[in-house]
Amino acid sequence: MAKVRTNIMVCTGTGCLANESEKVIRNLEVILKARGYAEEVQVIKTGCFGFCEQGPIVKIEPDNVFYVRVSPKDAKDIIDEHIIKGRRVERLLYVEPKQKEKINRQEDMPFYKKQLRVALRNCGLINPEDINEYIARGGYEALGRVTTEMTRDQVIEEVKKSGLRGRGGGGFPTGLKWEITKKQESDVKFIICNADEGDPGAFMDRSILEGDPHSVLEAMAIGGYAIGADKGIIYIRAEYPLAISRLNTALKQARELGLLGKNIFGTNFSFDIDLKYGAGAFVCGEETALINSCEGKRGEPNYKPPYPAEEGYWGHPTCVNNVETFANITPIIMRGAEWFASMGTEKSKGTKVFALAGKINNVGLVEVPMGITLREIIFDIGGGIPNGKKFKAVQTGGPSGGVITEEGLDTPIDYESLLERGSMMGSGGMIVMDEDDNMVNIAKFYLEFTMDEACGRCVPGRIGTRRIFEILQKITDGKATMADLDALKQLAYMVKDSSLCGLCQTAPNPVISTMKYFWDEYLAFIKDVDHPRGEGKYTAENKAEIKS
Amino acid sequence: MAENQKQDQDRKMLRIRINDQDLTVPEGITILEAAHGIGVKIPTLCHLDLHDLQLHNKTASCRVCMVEVGDAIRNKLVPACVTKAYDGMVVRTDTLRAITARRMAVELLLSNHPNECFTCPKNLECELQALADELNVREIRWEGERMDYPKDLSSDAIVKDSNKCIYCRRCETACNVVQTCGILSGIGRGFDAFVGPFFNIPMVETSCTYCGQCVQVCPTAALTEAYHVDKVWEALNDPDKHVVVQTAPAIRVALGELFGMEPGTIVTGKMVTALKRMGFDAVFDTDFGADLTIMEEAAELIYRIKNNKTLPILTNCCPAWVKFIEHQFPELLHVPSTCKSPHIMFGTIAKTYYAEKKGLDPDNIVVVSVMPCIAKKAEAKRPELTKDENNNVDIVITTRELGAMVKEAGIEFDRLPDSEFDRPLGEATGASVIFGTAGGVIEAAVRTAYEWMTGETLENVEFEQLRGMEGVRKAAVRIGDQELKIGIASGLGNARVILEEIREGKADYHAIEIMACPGGCIGGGGQPYHHGNDEIIKKRREAIYQEDRRKKIRKSHENPEILELYRKYLGEPFGEKAHQLLHTHFEKRERI
Repeated sequence: MAKVRTNIMVCTGTGCLANESEKVIRNLEVILKARGYAEEVQVIKTGCFGFCEQGPIVKIEPDNVFYVRVSPKDAKDIIDEHIIKGRRVERLLYVEPKQKEKINRQEDMPFYKKQLRVALRNCGLINPEDINEYIARGGYEALGRVTTEMTRDQVIEEVKKSGLRGRGGGGFPTGLKWEITKKQESDVKFIICNADEGDPGAFMDRSILEGDPHSVLEAMAIGGYAIGADKGIIYIRAEYPLAISRLNTALKQARELGLLGKNIFGTNFSFDIDLKYGAGAFVCGEETALINSCEGKRGEPNYKPPYPAEEGYWGHPTCVNNVETFANITPIIMRGAEWFASMGTEKSKGTKVFALAGKINNVGLVEVPMGITLREIIFDIGGGIPNGKKFKAVQTGGPSGGVITEEGLDTPIDYESLLERGSMMGSGGMIVMDEDDNMVNIAKFYLEFTMDEACGRCVPGRIGTRRIFEILQKITDGKATMADLDALKQLAYMVKDSSLCGLCQTAPNPVISTMKYFWDEYLAFIKDVDHPRGEGKYTAENKAEIKS
Repeated sequence: MAENQKQDQDRKMLRIRINDQDLTVPEGITILEAAHGIGVKIPTLCHLDLHDLQLHNKTASCRVCMVEVGDAIRNKLVPACVTKAYDGMVVRTDTLRAITARRMAVELLLSNHPNECFTCPKNLECELQALADELNVREIRWEGERMDYPKDLSSDAIVKDSNKCIYCRRCETACNVVQTCGILSGIGRGFDAFVGPFFNIPMVETSCTYCGQCVQVCPTAALTEAYHVDKVWEALNDPDKHVVVQTAPAIRVALGELFGMEPGTIVTGKMVTALKRMGFDAVFDTDFGADLTIMEEAAELIYRIKNNKTLPILTNCCPAWVKFIEHQFPELLHVPSTCKSPHIMFGTIAKTYYAEKKGLDPDNIVVVSVMPCIAKKAEAKRPELTKDENNNVDIVITTRELGAMVKEAGIEFDRLPDSEFDRPLGEATGASVIFGTAGGVIEAAVRTAYEWMTGETLENVEFEQLRGMEGVRKAAVRIGDQELKIGIASGLGNARVILEEIREGKADYHAIEIMACPGGCIGGGGQPYHHGNDEIIKKRREAIYQEDRRKKIRKSHENPEILELYRKYLGEPFGEKAHQLLHTHFEKRERI
């Protein structure tokens, strides 16, 4: 085999693919062949780099040059200039918007500087369709160690000590969940990976599955070993075709190498994984709804208890963990619980992946240590608000979360601090709003989403969310009175208090938090308050008038 | 019962506090049950726990039973119906937060519910309406969109008005878990969710058996029977028509409930008086048809045993059960008895024998059946039973509809004197009365088969081994030197168990009785609503056996009018003419 001197790594995450990175790859390969460099320079398809705003991303190694917004016609220059003549293609370098400087190294870019990549460690680095690249990065070593050197209790103890908590939103301690499932007396147990990512604007799980599918498969096998399950299920939404195809490739390759299947690493431990496709219902991310859906039933939640750990898939003890949670498992096994616990805050250890979206310069995927402030994420990593506009608020936790305003920007973020601020960690969606955004409209947007996605099983979820939305509509139409605001508040708390599952228990959060922080924007729409009625638009003049 | 107590003793005991009352409860008990024990009533709506009927609806979806659990620092609202007590639990059912949440849940339901209580078939029988009163709902603050679906009037039996569906899923549990028919389930999402057949296809296109258990448990009028009261009034007011009415055995032990009488009150005499005062030309008894059925079925059983024909024989008095086997087990259609059901037999005899005897034109006779059943409405419209010469039963009304007619007629039911059924088709035996409860048909058949097979007189006619509320009962009856193996199933889920045994060749029975409704016809879909109290069904059952004991003649083949019917008109039981008039056939149907 010829010696490869240079790797051209091209992002093939969904975002970059949508911007023709597939064509970039084809052009690169054709030109390399034409120039006779096909042997010594190879083009590698990688997972997501996270900097989706600047995609398609192309990185040249070992030169460590990071090209952004590469179009198919740029392939010629990359080969002719960079590869053949050794000259960087200046126009494809990232320009830091504040200093207007060109930056060619990834680690020098503000977007990456404060990031700490644990769950995303291999994304953008390896070819997700080649198990050997994963193994070259230490892949499946943790599974080998676990199955041959560690007892089930030791594995659970390690995960418990690490302080890892569920990354799907609830933040339940992962080790404890494993322990509870392990303790159940049953011959048949299941471990399920929840890949039903549904928050608008969130794509953490998709990127991991697209960019590093084996990290999830390996961790599921470790989890299966720990709890005593020989069967895993990945419940993934059918709208993630690329992730599904990469998972299928990964499963096939892992089975071929005996890393899944019977007697893994020559031990008595056997484990395999099935894929189940979700039809796109948001509520199926709730674990009991997910299990119902896996069983072919209507995707709606059950009341808990019994928890899935006690009675889950077909009544058997079942452990449901999120994609990102799994992606943290092998580093914990390989580098130790202490290392993991050294990152983060007292109660929230490790890192968290966030999807930055909305009014922010650097839209993309970032992984940061717990305890970082929102200010650092939004202004340092995210590059601040575009067009010189003023920051107004950030919605964390997707439609289930709430808004956090300027005064909350310096709080170190973890599960508890976000809850205290009336929002939540959620799965990691982060949507930034600027001064032009009307917060009543924002609340209405989220309510429309949860109202549509509610399964309908419980009365507050089925009718309550609809009525909340209708009152919000009435408000923004300028037809509401103060009595409507009272009714809205009361209803929002009732739905939060009385709904059956997490979806609708958290659905009113955007309303409750915007009412708390932006009450005057609600008042601006009210007809019996003495001020000019807003035409669905909040204006500075309105605000001044109400305050006086 | 003793077993339950023993289980309680073995269970761990928990100390909890509800509304400042300390109590000790066994582990596993819910807040709702614990509160009930100390006289604290927590409202419920979706919750339904019918132990004897094996129906447990625990969807915890209406949120009408929310109570506050916790202490001053941290407390939350939980649904009392499914939340189990734990040691040290502190519950308050009467905090402002809990009361407001419960009331708002009902307000929300009402905000999406048609405002038509006055004209609703469930007016004053509606659990949502009762709850609105109980929870002091005085205004509905939430105006907005409402569900707007057309009524499903496609079937002759069940009317589905989805706009009144509160999505409690009781019907779904009855249909899927108890009856295993799988017709009704949640469809649509969020605000648009309601219960219906898949893709909301019309009921008539489904494999619905019309057993009516969904109607029986529906708290509102989302599912009701097709209403045929006006047809009866029209017939009664048509001077050219000779209108005869027959009442099924289970009516007389339930009708009184509609007039405030204790469940289990036997009102046979008052019922007959009421029907006579309403203007029926003759008031007859379906029990006559039941005795006739026994003559045919017992003869068919003996014929099958003696000639090594298909065994077991399955009774088929229940039209819901017949439709069930047609849809679900079409390969077993040779197994049931070919007898028509009692009220259809009655209709045939009314329009032939009775018409001849009275010199009436059969076309001018209107046969009205009062049934505890909704499926009988659809049965009476089956093509093979409505051919001109056999247009057997014209109108079927339920116990509830009869009650409504009595009220409409201005008859003060509880003050009525007793009267006797008319002759000849009102003469009936104790054997036919017990048709109304599960196990009754087979017991009646055994009473006759015993004497016919042995030629001896049966002294003790009560077969305790054939009585009980279990869903599936297996028993043996010694008849001479032969042991007759009997199976009894009530509830279609239980029927399925037995049918699967038959299909797999594992069944070892001579005769099996199957009733679609748990407990038999006393628990029928057309009976007064039990509103979640299965004690009512037990009391009706006791009353049925009491009525049997009061009868002088307790064996069908000793009914003098039946004997005369065979002597003068039909000839031999299971003979040619009987075949022609009293037997039918079944049809393979699709499973949808």
